[in-house]
Order: sequence, then C-alpha cells, then structure tokens
Amino acid sequence: MNGVIRYWMDGEIRQVVGADPTTTLLEHLRGDLRRTGTKEGCAEGDCGACTVVVGELDGDAVAWRAVNACILFLPMIDGRALITVESLTQGGLHPVQQAMVDCHGSQCGFCTPGIVMSLYGRAIGAKGAAGPVGETLAGNLCRCTGYGPIIEADRRIAAEAAPQPVEALRTLRRETPLDLAFDDVLFGVQRRWIAPRTLDELADAALTHPEATFVAGATDIGLWVTKLRRALGVLISLSDVAELRAIGPTAQGLRIGGGARYVDALAHLADLSPDLGEMMRRLGSTQVRNSGTVGGNIANGSPIGDMPPPLIALGATLVLRRGGETRQMPLEDFFLAYGQQDRRPGEFVEAVIVPPPAPDAVIQVFKLSKRFDQDISAVCAAFHLTVRDGVVIGARIAFGGMAATPKRAHACEAALIGQPWTQASVEAGAAALASDFTPLSDMRASAAYRLLAAQNLLRKAHAESAGSGAPTRVLAYDHG
Amino acid sequence: MADSGTPVSGPVQGVHVSVPHDSAERHVSGSALYIDDLPEPAGMLHVHLAPSPHAHARIARMDLSAVRAAPGVVAVLSAEDVPGENDVSPVIHDDRLFADGEVYCVGQSLFAVAAETLREARAAAALAVIDYEALPAALTIAQARAADLTLEPCQYMRRGDAEAAIAAAPRRLSGRLAIGGQDHFYLEGQAALVAPMEGGDVHVWSSTQHPSEVQHLIARVLDVPHTAVTVELRRMGGGFGGKETQPALFAAAAALVAVKTGRAAKCRPDRDEDMIMTGKRHDFEADYMVGFDDDGRIAGVRFDLASRCGATTDLSLAINDRAMFHADNAYFLPTVEIASHRFRTHTVSNTAFRGFGGPQGMVAIERVMDEIAQATGLDPLEVRRRNLYGGEGRDLTPYFQTVEDNAAPQIIDELAASCAYAERQAEIDAFNRQSPYLKRGLALTPVKFGISFTTTHLNQAGALIHLYADGSIMLNHGGTEMGQGLNTKVRQVVSEAFQVQIERVKVTSTVTDKVPNTSATAASSGSDLNGMAALDAADKIKARLIAFAAKRWACAPEDVAFTPEGLKAGDQVIPFAKLCREAHLGRVSLSAAGFYATPKIAYDRANHRGRPFYYFAYGAAASEVVIDTLTGEMKVLRADILHDVGRSLNPAIDLGQIEGGFIQGMGWLTTEELVFDDLGRLRTHAPSTYKIPTCSDRPPVMNIHIWQAGCNIEPTIHRSKAVGEPPLMLAISVFSAIGRAISAVADHRFAPELDAPATPERILMAVQALKARAARETADA
Repeated sequence: MNGVIRYWMDGEIRQVVGADPTTTLLEHLRGDLRRTGTKEGCAEGDCGACTVVVGELDGDAVAWRAVNACILFLPMIDGRALITVESLTQGGLHPVQQAMVDCHGSQCGFCTPGIVMSLYGRAIGAKGAAGPVGETLAGNLCRCTGYGPIIEADRRIAAEAAPQPVEALRTLRRETPLDLAFDDVLFGVQRRWIAPRTLDELADAALTHPEATFVAGATDIGLWVTKLRRALGVLISLSDVAELRAIGPTAQGLRIGGGARYVDALAHLADLSPDLGEMMRRLGSTQVRNSGTVGGNIANGSPIGDMPPPLIALGATLVLRRGGETRQMPLEDFFLAYGQQDRRPGEFVEAVIVPPPAPDAVIQVFKLSKRFDQDISAVCAAFHLTVRDGVVIGARIAFGGMAATPKRAHACEAALIGQPWTQASVEAGAAALASDFTPLSDMRASAAYRLLAAQNLLRKAHAESAGSGAPTRVLAYDHG
Repeated sequence: MADSGTPVSGPVQGVHVSVPHDSAERHVSGSALYIDDLPEPAGMLHVHLAPSPHAHARIARMDLSAVRAAPGVVAVLSAEDVPGENDVSPVIHDDRLFADGEVYCVGQSLFAVAAETLREARAAAALAVIDYEALPAALTIAQARAADLTLEPCQYMRRGDAEAAIAAAPRRLSGRLAIGGQDHFYLEGQAALVAPMEGGDVHVWSSTQHPSEVQHLIARVLDVPHTAVTVELRRMGGGFGGKETQPALFAAAAALVAVKTGRAAKCRPDRDEDMIMTGKRHDFEADYMVGFDDDGRIAGVRFDLASRCGATTDLSLAINDRAMFHADNAYFLPTVEIASHRFRTHTVSNTAFRGFGGPQGMVAIERVMDEIAQATGLDPLEVRRRNLYGGEGRDLTPYFQTVEDNAAPQIIDELAASCAYAERQAEIDAFNRQSPYLKRGLALTPVKFGISFTTTHLNQAGALIHLYADGSIMLNHGGTEMGQGLNTKVRQVVSEAFQVQIERVKVTSTVTDKVPNTSATAASSGSDLNGMAALDAADKIKARLIAFAAKRWACAPEDVAFTPEGLKAGDQVIPFAKLCREAHLGRVSLSAAGFYATPKIAYDRANHRGRPFYYFAYGAAASEVVIDTLTGEMKVLRADILHDVGRSLNPAIDLGQIEGGFIQGMGWLTTEELVFDDLGRLRTHAPSTYKIPTCSDRPPVMNIHIWQAGCNIEPTIHRSKAVGEPPLMLAISVFSAIGRAISAVADHRFAPELDAPATPERILMAVQALKARAARETADA
C-alpha cells in the first residue's frame, strides 16, 4: 500500500494509484473525479475558489481545516478526510448553503463554493476559523458582492458538530511511510514522494536523498509547480511527521517544531507578543495558515517572509538537524544571501526556539502592504526594545522587504542602545536605518517608500511606547 | 430544488420583489456549470496560446518545428493557418488572432499549440525558436504623447467659450491627476470549449458577454457564414466588461483547432496568462483648468483627458467618448471644453470595464470640486451643491443633451441628512486637530451616469418565449448572465406578464441560434433592453391567448385577464397549464420572438452633440476614512449610500449591484495597482500581487439604501433604472475622503497631490509633500 494514496470522502475510503505526486488536489477533484464544484480561480492559493475542508486525526478526534486545494499536492491528503462542496448537499442544501441563498450571498457564483466551504469550516469549529468573519474569509476573494450579504449569511449560520470519521482514519494509518514513484516522461524526471512518519525516518530520508525538496504545507512549493511549472524530483513531505508539529515550552523558550503550521503556532506566539499575533492574523489567509508552516517560512529564505523579522527581533534560535546531529544558530545567521541559507544537504529545520522576552521589553511588529489581509509585505518591521530609567538598554530590530534577506538593523540598534528613549535618539536611529538598508523598488513599493516607511515605523514605535496615547494604528482605530 | 422548473403553489413573484438569484441554489451547491465544468468531449484537445515576450518587435523568424515534434502535440497553428481573416477585433480589424510579422504588446498571441494535455501544450510552446528585431516601444501615455501615437485625432466636446470664461473668472486653478487602470479579476477566467459539428460547423461554449460577436468573429476567422457557428453560454463567473471583446481570441483559437483537427478543443488560459493577455480599464491622465468665483461656482472648465488605449483600437474610442460624457458628472458647467487624446501604446489593448471610461471622467471633475473647496475654504459638499444641475438655464450637458430627470440635489440632501454629514465633519475636524498620527476624512460625492450605448445601433435586443403544452415557460433572451441577476430580472418580468409563479419560467442558455444579432450585455443595459424584449414576446403570446380564450370561453376580450389563479375568462378561471393545453389543441402559436429598440436617442459623434442617453441614473455616497500619516495605510471606516434604481425590479439584486460596485470601485481607487516594468511586462498578474478588496476591507459600517422616490421618467421596463455600472462611481467618495484626510495634515490649506490608486505609498508621499509645503510656508512667514 506504500504507493497508494488513500483518503476518506463522503463516507468512503478512496484510493489513487499511479498518480503524479505533484498533481494538485484540485486537479484530482476536477479532472479525475469530475467534481467540478471546487473551482480554480488563481492556482496559487490566493483566491480561495478551491477551498475544501481536510480532516486529520488528532488524538481521538478529527481536527478539520479549510485549505486551498489548488496548491495542495494530492499525496498530502493521504490518511486524511476530505469534504468538498458536493459533500454538503445530501438530499437538500446544507444550512450554510441555505443561508447564502437566503442572504443573496452569490452573484456570479464562481467564488461561492469556496466561500461555502470556509463558512462550513467555521460552523464545524475548524482550525483558525473562530475570529471575525473577515479574518476567516480573507482568503476567499469575491469580485461581485462587496461581501455584505456573505457577512450577513455568516451571522445566520449556527454552529454544528463536526463529522468524526475517526475509525475510518485509523484504518488508514500506515505501518511504513507513503512512498510514491512517478516517471515524468514529458520532462524526463523521476519523481518521488516520501512521507516519513517519525523524525528519525525523516532524518534518514533526508540523508539518503540530500538533493530532495522538503514539502511542508506546499503554500510556496505548490506554486513552483502550478506557476513556475517546475518538474520536481525527489520530494520529502513533512506533513506526516507528528513530532515535527509539536509546540511547547522548553528551558530555552517556546519551541516550535519545524513542521508546525501557522494556525497552531499563532496563539503561542501571540502570548509572547500580541503584536506578533496580530501580524500573523494578516499573514496569508486562513487557508494558507492552515497549511503553511513557520519552519517553511524560515527555510525558504525569502526576503519577504513575515516570520523571520519578528523571530529575529525576539532572539530566536534555529535548530537544524542532519542525520542524528543537531546544531543551533541565531536565526539571523541562517540567512546568508539572497536565495542562500546556511543549510547543508540533508539538513532540515527541526525547530525554532523563541526565548521569553524580558517582562519590561516592548515588542512591536508592523506589516505594511497594499492590502491589509493576505498580502505580501512591502516592509515588515519588528522592534524589541528594553528601556530602563528612560535609557534604551536593549534593542533588537529586524526588517523584511528591505534587503536580500530578512535582516537586523545593526546600525539603528547601535544608534539607540545606551541613548535616552527620546525623539532625538529616534531620529538618529532613523538616520542609521539608511545605512542599514538599501531597499529595492518593485511592484509592491518603491525604494523611497520602503526606507521612509521603515524610518517612520521606528518613529511610530517610539510614539506608541513613549507617547501621548494618541491613536497610531488604523486597524485598531474604532470611532464607534 | 426550486429552480427545477416544477411549478409550485404560492404567490406570484413578479417584479419589485427580492427574488433570489436564478442560480443561487446551484451556486452554493457547486452544481452551476461554467465552461471548464462542462463534460469534456472524448478526444478533446487542450489549446495553449504562446504569448509575445516583447512589447514591440518584428518577427524575423519563427521556427515551430520543435513545437510540432513535441510529445502530445496534435496541431500548431499560426497566422498562415487562418483560412479567413486573422482578426478578432470588435470594430477596426486590428486585433490579430496570431501575430503576423510583428508583435505590438507583451502577451500578444503568437501561435496556438493543441495537445492531448495542457501540460504538453505549454511545454511544447517553450520549444519555439523565434528571432525578434526590437522596435521602439511606447509604453506609457507620456511616451505615446512624445511619439504622437494615437488611435484617432484628439476629440473635442465644447459648449461656450471656456477659455474666455476661465480668463474672466475671479479665481482660477489648474492641476493634473493620474488615474490608474484596473484588472477585471472576474473569478472565472477566460474560457472556451469548441465541438466540431457536421459540415464544418462548430458549436462554441464561450464565457462571453457578447456571444454574437464571438460567433461573427469565428465565422470571419474560419471564412464561413454566421450560420455555421453557434455560440452558447449559460453563465459567466463574472464579466465586468472584461468578457465583452476579450473572449473572441480564446474562442477563435479553439474553433480553429477544432476545425483543423476534427477534435473538440478547449482554450482556458490560467490566471497569469489571462491577466497578461487581456485588456484592462484604461489608465488616464487628466489636466484641468477651472475658473470660478469666491462662492465656488464654476464659470468655465477645460479638461485635457489622455488615456492609454494599448496596442489596438478595441472599444477605446467609445470608452474615451464616455469619459468625456462624464466629465461633468452631476454638475452644470456654464462653459466647457473637453479634449480627449486616445493614445496608442505597446501594451495590451485596454478594454471595457464597468463604467466604460465614465469613472475616469468623473474622478477628474470631483478632483476639481475638491480643489475649489480647498481654494475657497468652503466645505467640499457645499461647493458640489452649488454647482449641481438645476435651476433656470442650468440643465444642458456639454454634449447638448438636456437633463430632464435631475435627481442629484434631492438624493444629496437626503443622504447628507441621513449620514449626519455636517455634524461628522465638525467632529472629524476636532479629532484631526488633536490626533498627530491618524487623520480622518469624510467626503460625499454624487453620481450621474448616462444610460444607453452611445453607439446608438447597439440599443436593441431580442427575446424568445415558448409556452409548452404543460404550462411551463421557456424564456430566452439575448443578454448574458454574469452574476448581475439579469436572468432573474427578466424571469420576473415574464412571470409578472403571465401572472405565474416564477418557478414556471425557466431561463435557458444564451445561444446565438435562438436570438440572433444581439448586442453585448454591457452599458448596464441588460435588463432595460432584454426585459423589454421579453415583455414584447410575452405580450404577443398573451394577445393570442386572449383572443383564443374569448372565443373558447365565450366572453369579450376585455373580460379576459391573467391572474395569479389562472386566466380569467368571463366568470371562469382557467389554470395556466390547462390554458396552454387548450390553446395548443386550438392550434394557437405558443411561441413568440420579442424585440426592443431604445427610443429617443440620437448622437452626432462628429460634433459630439445630441442625446446619447435615454435617461440618467443617480446616486450619492458619503465615505469616511482614516489614514496613518506615518505609513500611508488607510481604512474606510464607514460608507453611506443612497442610490436611484428607479422602481427596482428586484431590490435584493439591486442592492447587491450597488454594494458590489462600490467595493469594486473602492478597490480601483485604493489597493488595485497595475504595475508594468520598463519592458512593458505586467508585474502584477495574479492575486498574489494584484490586490482586490477582501472581506475585511468592506467598511465596518455600511448603510446602503435604494432611493425610495426613484421612478424612471421614461417608460422603461416597469420604470426601473439600470444599475450595473453607476454604483462603481460611488467609490469616488472614498478617494475624495482620502484627499481630505491628507490635507488635514496641513489644516486643509493646500490641495494634496494624490493620484489613483491611493496606495499606502501614494498616501504617504502626498502627506510628506504637504508637510514639507506647510513647513516651507511657515519658514517663509
């Protein structure tokens, strides 16, 4: 059975044999099964028209989450349960569907199945779906309605018990890892999908296949296939390694497993810094946070990933593992240059450890983007300052979007440390940012905006921590 | 399900009722079929169009032999394979199906690869060997202006001597505003599926707002009569103007493949290909000069409007005309001159988009209003009110149409009161004085939008109604359903006409062999035109039934009436199904084609004078925003809308159009930014980089109302008004409010320099500029 993908849907176990492992779940649904209710709107996980709900065993219960089927590789639902829009209509409309009809929540109808699935996830208490409806639906674009009727539909939807196909999923548990091989004749590539179940199996597989690509949530690598059309070779999936998803306190601080999804890490990190929690609520969307991982956001080394700046500011340590060995490094040292990280072949991110900030430390995290929700930052800034007796005694400041890697603002920090926490010091720090960074212009923002905004964020950090209490944030502003 | 066509008991749900969307239950259950959801014919090929990587170049050599030899490839077609005309343009014959010797924009279709799988087709296309010789490219309005590249000579609309009036006015100001374009971002991308039929005919399923044009263009490409091509469309997953002319390229390529190979063919670009290859809303630059008095009353205005039309003509002439038609918005301009430059650039040809140029013209005049307010120190709403149409001799538009239905003053008054405009302005001023970082702004702007295609002959429509002997009614009309609820409204019209439950009326796919020679479903005209055509068809059948019933049940024709209980003939009530059966036995034709042509309209384009519009639709919105003067971030806090839809055919659908239009307009003016690089490549070609509003961008407080006093003075379908486009322009209030919030950083002493879209970057830079200017003045003083 190692080469057979098995999953539960509509009360049945389904099997897929011989599939290309980089087939997306959406292609499988629309192509193989002709279940065309799930739509392709963008094939990059940004519009949500392909939203489905996936369940996996979590102890004695099935935990559900809404995800984007368009960038989820088919093997990633192995051993899991799947609910699509077609599943809901059993002899009549589901209450979520009826509410959408009653509230005139559909116009062209193309985004509607995805919205129905996100709202269904919310109704059954799926992961990450408990916040304001705007947060739940940030990953479901609608071009017709203006969202009002959908928000009204959400108000009318009552909570309901989630399906619990626990026994079915238990029967799908594997004795040995899923291991798929596929001959990509068109590109002349031997593709392989290996899904280890334990950390040791993962370490072994990584050593055996040092050239392999690690896939966690596929919220980035999915696009390598759907957008860049890359023919990938050996893929090692982290999805089945339960140990790697663990999150918990250690002597060093909060340890977040390399495979922990954003949705599971969010509350823990929000405890350390409410600002960081707020930023994470805007990072990606519910579907993206339900698939993507903190470790993946680090390991891919993107200069515009939103997790590294705050984690660097918090003084996080990266734990890398290769075979039986682990090593640790300050997170900022991992990013060597654009597209280059300090990761050896066969090595993977086992965890990131975030030390607790000092009780009097002030941590501020800012994310600037054209749109508040689900938009890649033009500038991401994290300030971790400790001010005692009016003097800055500690400053860890890191930025994303300002350089080829996520990067600490050493000159700015140096300009502040030991200085009184005053407007004058802030201006010196702002000036120093110009020597820390030479940002680029791109479709998200100009270099001039990036630098000015970065400097202004320092001014804002000061205004908030030392100022009059005047409102500084448009998202928090509520005039009643 | 209720839309299964099974008659149910219950009240007739005719017009003026909030009937759910015709397809609502199918939408929510995922059973509504779009083109890519249709069952795929056996052996269907996948078609990929290879896009030009260059903005402007001569093709020195194109060697496709490796493409042809690639795995899975069945056909490779380029310009020389087109049996008819290598053209997919709506008007001017200048949109190539495949590049012919020269490419004129990035994304232009070079050739088509048809393969067993789409993956194979795409992989094969990459094997093409093409040598280009670069030609000079004009990518921006400025570059086209410098190179004098235009689609037609500058057009002028003039009334009176604006130049003299401006010169003589007590006060003057001038300025310039750049207005960005917009991608439609319909959730369902372009798609076409073509099945070859006998005798070289093709049956085409196309996601199009204009099935007839797709039919005609495919016929021209294949060099066959229109009768050989049938185009069908049940629904689109959004259109917004982006499926008016753009679908022809994809449908024609698939049709050509189908004819050449004898196999069905599907052409469905992915999101990136779609955004790169299809046209968008025109970006504009508007220069203005206005003369006015100390009370803010305009004496004369001159506009110089320039738009980036892209590489080909498409609909740009009419779009730019509509920008001119709306450069007055709701205001009487005593003297006016509007110059309109239509620049040709080596970028994708811009096209129709909800509002069709009108929004850009309207943004320009609203900026003028804000600047007059700034200059005079008057409240912007007061300036707007003083300049509205109305009063003695103040009813003539720049194109000499008399405004006969002016609703703007009353709507503005009602909205200003209901949204507490004056009180909130005062409260906001107080807030801004003591808030150093965040500034708020409130603006109330009107909309007056002309309804009719300005190309007069397009204002016609047909419909076809069959009554079957079981009493079920099949309704077909030439309009297309793209989510706007057209089918629902026309169904209501027919249900009302026959006084039957709406479930008895089934709307079927739009298809060119049922109603021929249709116009695009565009210009907000869908319900006006098709509703009337359907009513005409219904009336024809009703007349036959009345004559039949009078004879059959022996009463006077005046004593026959359609009622919810059935046909009343004298003392008898005949259930509708029985009536149909009896009429059939009585050899009465139960099928009729209806037709409608909009009356009263005529336009002399050469002189830009006449009555292009049957009537105007009105509305007003008051939007409040808060901006962060340190980052440029902006949030819309509240929007109040009062909009005129005449007597609403379906209030729920109309409210949906109003809200959806507002949010789409808000996106256009705030977060949606099209970025082209200096090689003419679009850098924002997917939702990861092109940001339409999300759920939480909707203002947390939104009060939307249909204007209850609304009633069309013209005898439109049940006195309703068109609603598709006008609400988009309600969002100009957001743009004005942002400007107001920015100017608060310098106590409203200067007008902000803010182009659209008002991204955080543009807002921050405008804030910086005003702060710097204020600091300079303080230093000078």
